Amino acid sequence: METEGAVSAPNSSGTLRRRKAIILVLICTVIGAAAQLLLKLGSSTVVTDSLWATAWSMAFNFPLVLGLSLYGLSTVLFIHALRNEQLSLLYPLISLTYIWVTIVSVALLGESLSFWKVAGVMVIVTGVALLGKDDNR
Amino acid sequence: MSATMNAILLVLLASFVGSFGAVLLKSGSMRANGGVLSMLLNPRIIAGCCTYVLSSVFFILAIRQGELSFLYPMVALGYVWTLIWSRLVFGEPFTRNKFAGIGLILVGVALLNLGRQ
Repeated sequence: METEGAVSAPNSSGTLRRRKAIILVLICTVIGAAAQLLLKLGSSTVVTDSLWATAWSMAFNFPLVLGLSLYGLSTVLFIHALRNEQLSLLYPLISLTYIWVTIVSVALLGESLSFWKVAGVMVIVTGVALLGKDDNR
Repeated sequence: MSATMNAILLVLLASFVGSFGAVLLKSGSMRANGGVLSMLLNPRIIAGCCTYVLSSVFFILAIRQGELSFLYPMVALGYVWTLIWSRLVFGEPFTRNKFAGIGLILVGVALLNLGRQ
């Protein structure tokens, strides 16, 4: 027991860093879903009459600016997490955002929920998770 | 209607542009020395963030014309591009799981589109 504890001491600090990185990325997914909701809400008042009008209607659009800021915040947190854990492990976790966005879209935006949509999202989430699962680990 | 054809094309463009953002962020985060300031001032990370903003502009124009729950999952196509750049830029190996993952993403996007009204 004692030797095991002594050996695992440096490892457990690595495990803690890894765990903190994973929790940070989970927080990123929730912030990311909130950002998507705000982008969708803000997009309804964007006009496309001209390039100038489009830029103007995006720049002075509170939900859009807030949504993009949250997106930026989650990106900064993600970069920070990347330093403690491999991209290959953290990227699949980011895919949880797809599930949150689907739930939020149906519950708060009243969007339709079809068999094809649920199947598509589940297959995509599985695919993204597989991307990070290296064969040799 | 889940989305217009125009919206789908804009999401494809957004995912393509966004995949370059991922490469720039990865490249920048490997160079920054760990401080928040060194990250915020890193040219590659700044360029990556600008690329993401541009990608977001295309995405915002897309979701005006369709359901978020239909268009957002299609952004996963960006992983397909990102994997190609990871191989070319960082020399990360293509593995069986990566091929399977890409295949599933393509199948998932196809399933979404089968349900498009």
